[in-house]
Amino acid sequence: MHSALDRDAGDALLEQVNQALKNATPLWIHGGNSKAFLGRSVTGERLDTRAHRGIVSYDPTELVVTVRCGTPLRELSEVLSASQQMMPCEPPSFGDATVGGMIASGLSGPRRPWAGSVRDFVLGTRVITGQGKILRFGGEVMKNVAGYDLSRLMAGSFGTLGMITEVSLKVLPKPRQALSISLEMDSERALLRLAEWGQQPLPISAACHDGQRLHLRLEGGEGSVTAAHDRLGGEVLDASYWEDLNEHRLSFFDEDLPLWRLSVPHNTPWLPLPGRQLIDWGGAQRWLKSGAEAAFIRRVVEGVGGHVTCYSHGLIDSPFQPLPEALMRYHRNLKRRLDPQGTFNPGRLYAEL
Amino acid sequence: MNILYDEHVDGVLPAVDKATLLQALQARLPDLEILHQREELMPYECDGLSAYRTTPLLVVLPRHLDEVQGVLALCHALQVPVVARGAGTGLSGGALPLEKGVLLVMARFNSILHIDPAARTARVQPGVRNLAISQAAAPFGLYYAPDPSSQIACSIGGNVAENAGGVHCLKYGLTVHNLLKVDILTVEGEHLTLGSDALDSPGLDLLALFTGSEGMLGVITEVTVKLLPKPQTAKVLLAAFDSVEKAGRAVGDIIAAGIIPGGLEMMDNLAIRAAEDFIHAGYPVQAAAILLCELDGVEADVHDDCQRVRQVLEQAGATEVRQARDEAERVRFWAGRKNAFPAVGRLSPDYYCMDGTIPRRELPGVLQAIAVLSAEYGLRVANVFHAGDGNMHPLILFDANQPGELDRAEALGGKILELCVKVGGSITGEHGVGREKINQMCAQFNSDELTVFHAVKAAFDPSGLLNPGKNIPTLHRCAEFGAMHVHLGQLPFPELERF
Repeated sequence: MHSALDRDAGDALLEQVNQALKNATPLWIHGGNSKAFLGRSVTGERLDTRAHRGIVSYDPTELVVTVRCGTPLRELSEVLSASQQMMPCEPPSFGDATVGGMIASGLSGPRRPWAGSVRDFVLGTRVITGQGKILRFGGEVMKNVAGYDLSRLMAGSFGTLGMITEVSLKVLPKPRQALSISLEMDSERALLRLAEWGQQPLPISAACHDGQRLHLRLEGGEGSVTAAHDRLGGEVLDASYWEDLNEHRLSFFDEDLPLWRLSVPHNTPWLPLPGRQLIDWGGAQRWLKSGAEAAFIRRVVEGVGGHVTCYSHGLIDSPFQPLPEALMRYHRNLKRRLDPQGTFNPGRLYAEL
Repeated sequence: MNILYDEHVDGVLPAVDKATLLQALQARLPDLEILHQREELMPYECDGLSAYRTTPLLVVLPRHLDEVQGVLALCHALQVPVVARGAGTGLSGGALPLEKGVLLVMARFNSILHIDPAARTARVQPGVRNLAISQAAAPFGLYYAPDPSSQIACSIGGNVAENAGGVHCLKYGLTVHNLLKVDILTVEGEHLTLGSDALDSPGLDLLALFTGSEGMLGVITEVTVKLLPKPQTAKVLLAAFDSVEKAGRAVGDIIAAGIIPGGLEMMDNLAIRAAEDFIHAGYPVQAAAILLCELDGVEADVHDDCQRVRQVLEQAGATEVRQARDEAERVRFWAGRKNAFPAVGRLSPDYYCMDGTIPRRELPGVLQAIAVLSAEYGLRVANVFHAGDGNMHPLILFDANQPGELDRAEALGGKILELCVKVGGSITGEHGVGREKINQMCAQFNSDELTVFHAVKAAFDPSGLLNPGKNIPTLHRCAEFGAMHVHLGQLPFPELERF
């Protein structure tokens, strides 16, 4: 479980933050930099988290693992795998992602609609805040409602509220049985079937439509997986498909056009947008390769109750969907209260934060 | 240290003239129902933590959202504290009123606005009862998963404010895991939507922050929850053990076998006897502990899992393993557990329910320590335990009519919570801090952490008018509390002045 590279570099990180606070230098929090394409660029002194690494504690029967932020995500997955456990939210690695970056970006993989997001599995964090202290929120227990839930607030905050140094995550046993299948049908039909199946207790744990075929992953006990396969039919699909989808290695992602992520209610009908679409998360996440204007795409997606993120770096100034004015005001208030000097990843999420 | 609001340590509240406020409310909101006579206010003196009571200045019972907005805007302008309340079933005094504050009762917002079976969502007003959502979704084969014991009465707005749990949390999560969208009004009466109808929303995850924030950051006006397809089947195994240690180890063994039960509950001998006397569930009254293990899902998987769990339980030294033969027996097994609190209530004039969580491996040691404390304080303690997720509910038996017993029960409860923190757990798993555990927050968090909590509060409610005194203690309170609990000769918060 332990690697020769494991080290507690918390004091050094704290010292660098305190220097930055003293000198009013903004910090660019840097783990594996595997998601550099996402969000706005940060101008600041680099705060490299990767020296602070290793698994602090892991007891499979407690279903909890506590990890330092600089630990490579792949290393954590391997350790869990050795005990037949997993992070059900399937965070993508995009090469060299670290655990800290996984929390800060909050990105989840194909199992997300059925199992929950990265944020859903966060139990506790240690964070260096704008006060220049390492503080602990949440803990290592499944249920904990003492104080405000700052741990889950950190998930998806892109480092703008402080630096995550350590995280405790809920983990789960791997399913006993998994089988992937693929069925030929068009997008409209696939979305209808998914909405219908969603109301039934079927063991679906991933569902993606590429324009021609619906790919499904069935996970559970032997009985339920076999029964679902008998009922749904289809050709057996290699399980590596899901990792290729999660890591953006499918040929869909190669096309030389901007990439957009559309997050919509899962039963939204097929959206008539220029370019090509890949439907993931059983309909709730749509990938779009398109040269269309951001404002146009956003108008269409907002119309169905969703939002749009631009995954092509530098294409537009606000890759994350702009917030309504009142909501942005409370975001600014929160940032100012937790990071009064604007030290941590200024501008990564929004120019105002 | 009394838990009722104490301006000396909890902060001075603005003085409000009741007649002026009443007039101003009546003038601005002529249709708003306002209670102001002493006998009208009395039913609202407490929530589910009935040992503590305060008469509110006024009670308002709005029927329309613009009335809620009007109340908030006016109270903000006049600097009057506001305490929001749902069904009032909370066990931590989160809706305990203030003598100088308005109690804003949201119970009349009890409409289910829309059940969308294709989207698997329910959009409801905050006063809708938890169980009513599942009942409305049942015709579509869907249900709302979190099921606190009070689900027949508690409202969804309160569930969000407390991040309520239940007996199925390990597999299905807490309230926070089952929400899509919450509409709130800020202290100034400004409307915000947190979350969305999609699985995520842009910006910071304020939905997560608001869930469990105990009415301190805003007032919930609408909630959209996720619905799940009803499991095809559910089976329950009951296992008896001759020691709580063995029962505790069996829980770990089930999980080590790769099985996540829908529910996994433990009761000790005193709780078993009380429940059996009350419900006649068929529990083995000689057992030191029993485990109830519910497995739900698709028929074939549940059947296999029952076999596996039975084997694990037998290997772990269970003296008896019984599977409920039919639905009636399954319901009876659960009825014993779900009525454990009132059952224990029959053993004693009063009981005090604790809500600490611990890493499961610490269970034997913690139960032993509780037994020692129980003897030391001369009060009996029955233990019911959401064993799957480490959430303990020790029930302290006492008689409030005996001078000093409530104080002793409170002190014993405090010791149990501090023990939970010491072994790496938390002072509250699902009931919330409210007023009840305000002092123990000082044991769980240091002054820097509490300062960050106050900063979060200030980002949404800088003048501190929403539910003052709940959830997060002032540093002064912790200093006073610390002075009474000097640990190894060291005062916590040594940097603070003491009065």
